[in-house]
Amino acid sequence: MNVRALIAALWLALPLHAQGFAGLGQAADGFALPTPNPTFDFPADLGAHDDYRIEWWYLTASVQDADGQQYGVQWTLFRSALTPTGPQVWMGHFGLTTPDAHYTGERFARGDVGQAGVTPAPFEAWIDDWSMAGDDLDALTLRASNGEVGYALDLTAQGPLVFHGDGGFSVKSASGQASYYYSQPFYDVTGTLDLPDGPVSVTGKGWLDREWSSQPLEADQEGWDWFSLYLDDGARLMAFSLRGGEGFHYASYIAADGTMSPYYGDALIAEPLETATVAGRNVPVRWRLALPDRDIDLTVDAVNPDSWQATLFPYWEGPVTATGTHTATGYLEMTGYE
Amino acid sequence: MNRAALDALLAHWRRHPLQLLTLVVGLALATGLWTGVQAINAQARLSYARAAATLGQDALPRLEGPLTLADFATARRAGWPVTPVIEGRVPGTHLRLLGIDPFTAPPSAATPDLSPEDALTGFLTGDLVFVAPDVTLPEGWPEARIAPDLAPGLVIADIAAAQAILGTQEVSRLMVLPGVRPDLRPLTDLFPDTRLVQPTGSSDIARLTDSFHLNLTAFGLLAFAVGLFIVHAAIGLAFEQRRPLFRTLRALGLPARRLTFLLAVELAAFTLISGTLGILLGYLVAALLLPGVAATLSGLYGAGVADTLSLSPVWWLSGFAMAGIGLAVAGGQSLWQLVRLPVLAPAMPRAWARARAATLMRQGIGGGGLLIVAGALALFGNGLVIGFVCLGALLLGAALLLPPMLSGVLAVGASRARGAVAQWLWADARQQVPGLSLALMALLLALAANVGVSTMVGSFRATFTGWLDQRLASELYLYANDAEEAAEMQAYVIDKVDAVLPVASAETVLEGATGDVFGQVDHPTFRDNWPLLDAVPGVWDRLATGEGALINEQLARRTGLWAGAEVDLGRAGRQQVLGVYSDYGNPLGQAILTDTLFRQTFPEAVTTTFGLRLDPADVPALARDLTERFDLPPRRIEDQAGIKAFSLNVFEQTFAVTASLNVLTLGVAAFALWASLTTLGAMRVPQVAPVWALGMTRSRIALADLGRALLLAAFTAVLAIPTGIALAWVLLAVVNVQAFGWRLPLLPDPAGWLTLAIWSMVAAGLAAALPAWRLWRMAPADLVKVFAHER
Repeated sequence: MNVRALIAALWLALPLHAQGFAGLGQAADGFALPTPNPTFDFPADLGAHDDYRIEWWYLTASVQDADGQQYGVQWTLFRSALTPTGPQVWMGHFGLTTPDAHYTGERFARGDVGQAGVTPAPFEAWIDDWSMAGDDLDALTLRASNGEVGYALDLTAQGPLVFHGDGGFSVKSASGQASYYYSQPFYDVTGTLDLPDGPVSVTGKGWLDREWSSQPLEADQEGWDWFSLYLDDGARLMAFSLRGGEGFHYASYIAADGTMSPYYGDALIAEPLETATVAGRNVPVRWRLALPDRDIDLTVDAVNPDSWQATLFPYWEGPVTATGTHTATGYLEMTGYE
Repeated sequence: MNRAALDALLAHWRRHPLQLLTLVVGLALATGLWTGVQAINAQARLSYARAAATLGQDALPRLEGPLTLADFATARRAGWPVTPVIEGRVPGTHLRLLGIDPFTAPPSAATPDLSPEDALTGFLTGDLVFVAPDVTLPEGWPEARIAPDLAPGLVIADIAAAQAILGTQEVSRLMVLPGVRPDLRPLTDLFPDTRLVQPTGSSDIARLTDSFHLNLTAFGLLAFAVGLFIVHAAIGLAFEQRRPLFRTLRALGLPARRLTFLLAVELAAFTLISGTLGILLGYLVAALLLPGVAATLSGLYGAGVADTLSLSPVWWLSGFAMAGIGLAVAGGQSLWQLVRLPVLAPAMPRAWARARAATLMRQGIGGGGLLIVAGALALFGNGLVIGFVCLGALLLGAALLLPPMLSGVLAVGASRARGAVAQWLWADARQQVPGLSLALMALLLALAANVGVSTMVGSFRATFTGWLDQRLASELYLYANDAEEAAEMQAYVIDKVDAVLPVASAETVLEGATGDVFGQVDHPTFRDNWPLLDAVPGVWDRLATGEGALINEQLARRTGLWAGAEVDLGRAGRQQVLGVYSDYGNPLGQAILTDTLFRQTFPEAVTTTFGLRLDPADVPALARDLTERFDLPPRRIEDQAGIKAFSLNVFEQTFAVTASLNVLTLGVAAFALWASLTTLGAMRVPQVAPVWALGMTRSRIALADLGRALLLAAFTAVLAIPTGIALAWVLLAVVNVQAFGWRLPLLPDPAGWLTLAIWSMVAAGLAAALPAWRLWRMAPADLVKVFAHER
């Protein structure tokens, strides 16, 4: 089966530029839409929301081995509904980054047989033998392998869930496109990476994003740059900048105790400083990221500029380190670079 | 010098254009029939290979057994890179339905493109299927999009949609894709009732149709062999006649090596010319026969074969290779003699190879030995290839026995002859046997093949029609679109007919191979009409109480399980075999359960076919009534006669190709006889001249020649008939059982055999007519010249 053509149909029925990255700008006819002032219901909201067009469970971890070597781990499960009444289609992404290598994996599944899915309690998200599981989000085990490399990590939450935007209602454009968006940014991570040269024990920090929507982007928005940083003072910073159209900036400053302050528009400065040629495209791999209201001004560097996820919808995703007013580790995702 | 020598050599052909024609046409016929058959086989195999490669199914290990999509998910979650496949026949057609999971199926050029908008959604919801260009789906089917690369007769649907169409929750198999990690729990541990099958490189359809293609190949080889007889005769004669020329050329200083080279060049030129003609002829034969073959394969095996030819360069080259091999076999001996020919050797008129007692003895021993081998193989051998080896030994043995037997019979005739003329006639006939033996052998082979195949087809036809008469007992057959309509129909007709006999079936695994299980209600129709080959006492009562199952002959023969044994019927479990019924025209295993047991086992099976018992006089009225009331197209309401006609049509098509090849083979044999008689006629002049000089008129000599040809043909036919009957027995009792799984009684057809014998006489008469006429019209001066020539 021509999977590429197949999934292209699924996620990208119309040309990229007209409809935003990965078809996320398509009209939401018949699908449920996020509304302001949400109330979340746990554990149900750990699970899938089939009446929304798209949804994901997105975990990234920035870890180090005993020598201080930096690594990045990504585990993602996407759900997409082809029509408001189904069928549901699932896609999994795997990423493992070392300073000199980046490993990718991708899986697809139909929704009606149990090959992929999410159960809220006890919590498990899976596709094939890739799984993220625990009683709830406070303690998770994470496993995946792309056949060449893999990882097995234990994650323990050291703080509360954080609800972005307006209590979890996260606006993505000036005209009001939005998603439901919450995170668990306080994971301590321990575990093992199975690399070609053998297993490596690592420790570090992890971040889980949960987001669902039916039309999260404006049709003219081309892509985004998304940062999650673990600052050395215990605070966390999530920031994204949507490119194309009028542009859109947002940042969540999360204090060490989990208190979140949202920042919109010019409050966030995200400027590319240096690009690298990755997979034939010019992709920024050094950034200035600043939130002056919080006295944050950082230079963010990719651990490995080649962190290219050569999946059906290719994008850049990898671990970063930052220096400046703070030192930090974290993750960077960049989509829509042609 | 080369040019002069070549001119001298070629001058022979200018003087003997008929010999040239014989050589070229003989070789072209041999090559043509062979390459034609090969083209058909290659085309069919190409279609199978494309069908098998649709999902790389021919190259991947697969897990088989009772498996569902939930099991597929379980295997994936255990880390196994597997993809599910369901395979079946589109109900009511010969089309093959393949259900796939587009998310895990391996990339393959033949799989459909789901990138157009809504294609994936439609595919997953079952509103869209993909079909090969030659496929037309019955009405009421979802939208079908043409996928040009699909194998003929193939329909591709999403696996869940295909399950719904086939009415099952199971999948046929899980294909194991590359990239299996070594630490995984074995699949057969995860699913204890399954088995892992390694790829064999050939698909089920290819295995199933092997016998058919072997059959065609055997005929192709037979035609090739017969054609070679012609070529051998023509080349041998040309070499004999050119001996004086060779001697002269050598005496003039042409080295033996050079002469041999020039003759080899001549043979190569014949290869090219005849090869080209043969290939063109082969293409023609293949193009004419292919639609029939495609119809046969689809009717008999459900195998889709494109009915247009697409030939590879290898096929063209193989045509030339066969022509070359044929000429090498036919002309090699002559070339070898030439190399060793002394320069001053006298040009002896050897009049072909002289009959020598030793040669006849060797032929007799060889032929007898081969017949013994054939008999042993028929009795103790096993397997399809052995069956064909047995056929080959039988035919070759009979052919080898022909010359010594002919010689013996003629010797007896000569010893009893009274008078000089009669004695000369017998002796002359005997003297000609060596020269004609190859052509007569060819005639014997063709006649025996004809008798054998026509006896087999005749036996089959008689058995088959008798069986159809019994099995198709219901007067009218109704096909509903779905369960709802089926219920309506049943309610409507229940008071108008004597009985409604529902026909329900489900596909399952019977003793390890795909087959069908039928549910049958207990009714006198079956008790009275179903012929059983083997049965336990009280079979129908015991079937009605659900004590066991009936199985078809194919399943019984394949597994060796007969009445009283236990058979594994897949989802229907292990059942006692209560009886075995014949089931012609179906290559697959089949079993029958009583209706109640069937419904318990296959609750999802929907009954949409009904047989109606009623007074035959009421059939047209009821058919009209039902057609109007349910708006039925003709294919959904059929009377007994219609189904019989259809079944017989499938049957006739199955043997149409065989019959065509048969006629062609006989034609080639007649041509061989004609060629031999013609060349022999020219060579016999020195023997005929003294007889003429003694006062026997040309017309009497010519008539005697004609009579002798008829006598020889008659004797060959007499020998060919028992050979043909033996051949038919091997086909019916050995090859058919191996190829199709059924054994048929041999029904003698004396009238047919007699007709064939007469036809062979006619052929021989026609073949002898021209040489005889030439003799008759030969100028007396030519006959006198014989005495003047110092030969």
